[in-house]
Amino acid sequence: MPAKKMTGSQMLLKALCDQGVDVIFGYPGGAVLPIYDALHQQNAIRHILVRHEQAAVHAAEGYARSTGKVGVVLVTSGPGATNAVTGLTDALMDSIPVVCLTGQVPTHLIGNDAFQEADTTGITRPCTKHNYLIRSVEDLPRVVHEAFYVAHTGRPGPVVVDLPKDVLQATSHAYVGPEQVTHASYKPRTRPDTKAIEKAIEIIAKAKRPIIYSGGGVINAGDKASRLLTRFARTLGAPITSTLMGLGAYPASDPQFLGMLGMHGTYEANLAMYNCDVMINVGARFDDRVTGRLDEFSPNATKIHIDIDPSSINKNVMVDLAIVGDASAVLDALLKAWTKGEHSLSQRALKGWWKTIDAWRERDCLSFRRDDSVIKPQYAIKRLYELTKDRETFITTEVGQHQMWAAQYYKFEKPRHWMTSGGLGTMGYGLPAAYGVQIAHPDALVMDIAGEASILMNIQELSTLVQYGLPVKVFIINNQWMGMVRQWQELLHGSRYSQTYTASLPDFVKLAEAFGAHGLRATKPAELDDLILEMIDTPGPVVFDCQVDQKENCFPMIPSGAAHYEMLLGPDDAAAKPVSEEGMVLV
Amino acid sequence: MAPIDTSIERRTIAVLVDNEPGVLARVIGLFSGRGYNIESLTVSVVDPARGQSRITIITSGTPQILEQIKAQLARLVPVHGVSDLSQEGPSVERELALVKVAGKGNKRVESLRIADIFRARVVDSGLEHFIFEMTGSSDKLNVFIDLMRPLGLVDVSRTGVVAISRGSTGLLG
Repeated sequence: MPAKKMTGSQMLLKALCDQGVDVIFGYPGGAVLPIYDALHQQNAIRHILVRHEQAAVHAAEGYARSTGKVGVVLVTSGPGATNAVTGLTDALMDSIPVVCLTGQVPTHLIGNDAFQEADTTGITRPCTKHNYLIRSVEDLPRVVHEAFYVAHTGRPGPVVVDLPKDVLQATSHAYVGPEQVTHASYKPRTRPDTKAIEKAIEIIAKAKRPIIYSGGGVINAGDKASRLLTRFARTLGAPITSTLMGLGAYPASDPQFLGMLGMHGTYEANLAMYNCDVMINVGARFDDRVTGRLDEFSPNATKIHIDIDPSSINKNVMVDLAIVGDASAVLDALLKAWTKGEHSLSQRALKGWWKTIDAWRERDCLSFRRDDSVIKPQYAIKRLYELTKDRETFITTEVGQHQMWAAQYYKFEKPRHWMTSGGLGTMGYGLPAAYGVQIAHPDALVMDIAGEASILMNIQELSTLVQYGLPVKVFIINNQWMGMVRQWQELLHGSRYSQTYTASLPDFVKLAEAFGAHGLRATKPAELDDLILEMIDTPGPVVFDCQVDQKENCFPMIPSGAAHYEMLLGPDDAAAKPVSEEGMVLV
Repeated sequence: MAPIDTSIERRTIAVLVDNEPGVLARVIGLFSGRGYNIESLTVSVVDPARGQSRITIITSGTPQILEQIKAQLARLVPVHGVSDLSQEGPSVERELALVKVAGKGNKRVESLRIADIFRARVVDSGLEHFIFEMTGSSDKLNVFIDLMRPLGLVDVSRTGVVAISRGSTGLLG
């Protein structure tokens, strides 16, 4: 029996339903009117009306990262699509599965500079994993299914489907379900090569100073991968560190966890990376925030790199052994081979390694000077952690000092509870990402740890929170400065603070109230706990203006162009070790 | 860790792609976006039934960059296969040039004589010009074109290099 005759818009919604989509984040406009009309006549898919298309993508990212499902965005042509570009680039850099449906002018007008026309596939080609322009309604269902397949398999990423208005209005019997979609050229490899596994076991078995360095790929590989990572680390008894994107894959409170590594990573994690003899990278990509100066990066280690994307191998750091595959499949194979071969590490060597690490730990690199008169930002996040750790809590962040402090002081015990813009570093990410998370987890406590500068980049989304009664808590670490940029100006540019002070900030409490949310303000350490508890107990969205020490900097810090052992542990260190000329050109 | 090889190598890479709109832009955008070199690029449909085109790229870089180029190409969704013709055994490379030379008298005779030596064909002639068609390695074309320069070279059009591996196997399989 031929499928029922449907319009392109109806087919699109049917395809979304068949893909298990229950919510989309979008903003209407002329080119997507047929889709909005079809949405209006059904109840299966919920539409969340955002206030800016960039926010729609970040919301879909938050939804995707906290659930493991594909996040879906719907925007109109022209400015709708161009506004989505930052979000798409963000999703590409952090490997987040997103399908972004963009409206397009009708096919006969493409290329005519029609109203709200933009070359969406041209503009989004470098910032998506793949994109499509659908020219015929017959192609629509197949392409939509393919878009989902490409978005969530292999190394996940954003996929754009550009939908001309006439295609949405055309009718056809050609609907096909997802099971009928195959792809001839796109076949990501997930199962590891057996020989590579054997070689890895051989290398690991001889390790005296091993370290596991895990990344966002473990989170993307599903909760099973995180469980396997934990088992793997415990089986070896080896120290483990994580990238910003990988936090939560291994429980932060576990004694084997050294904390985050990299530019603002812990002393013990960075020194362990520098001094290790075998490095096992699971799902991380040797990002420049992690490696510091490349020629001094872990110079004596035999490096094993596990990654699903072959192009990540030997991109920044040459490795001794590459294992291409899904983190879950590789860890499973490694564990089986390790157990089967009855391997174990030299306990004597391991004991010595841990003794060295424990000595580094004693430096207590995350300690900070307490103050009774002014709230230290680190203290604020520590208290936030202590007062929310026993709940189901999800944290998102904006970008800057507060983001690093959140990564350092909030301990994540489970995967998918930490959403941050790691690769692109997008200010304005946290608030929309937070409500994307909240929609997927209505009963959880979802907090956006923000900076006062970042939050203003998508502040209009407070309106979305209020419209849907989403009880997101926006916790602003307010130091009146673009803190991280100011920190760099202090360290690299003779404390010439060019344009990093915000002279006329809004009253965030009144601002919250203007949007119909609740506002709170803390200025003294003594009142912080009570106000945090009040924030948590307040139903609905809350904006918390936490006014902190304006001069505090984020340490430890590996200045740009420096090596792991050249960490600055505090302000005194920073004054004593000026940044090199080579470092000045780096970001 | 092995020392990093910083020598620059030249490679010929063949890429079999779905012949869909934007696929060439995807490949070229990858090279420009990531700062890779393109010395020559040719593209044409090679399997109309399956809608597949073949792109032949000549590029250069350090061994690490060249491996990156191949990995980045291979992960593009419409790419069926990437073949490093410089690395995977012997291959044949050819380029075609159309060379227009205008002149009279001795210069005109000399251009025809050299064309004959190079086995170039005359595809168009007038009383004051020739168009030569020549196929061969890029080096051979370079030499020929250089010789034509003082003899009245007025136009050159080259296809860029196409290449194929020797032996019985191939990308279309």
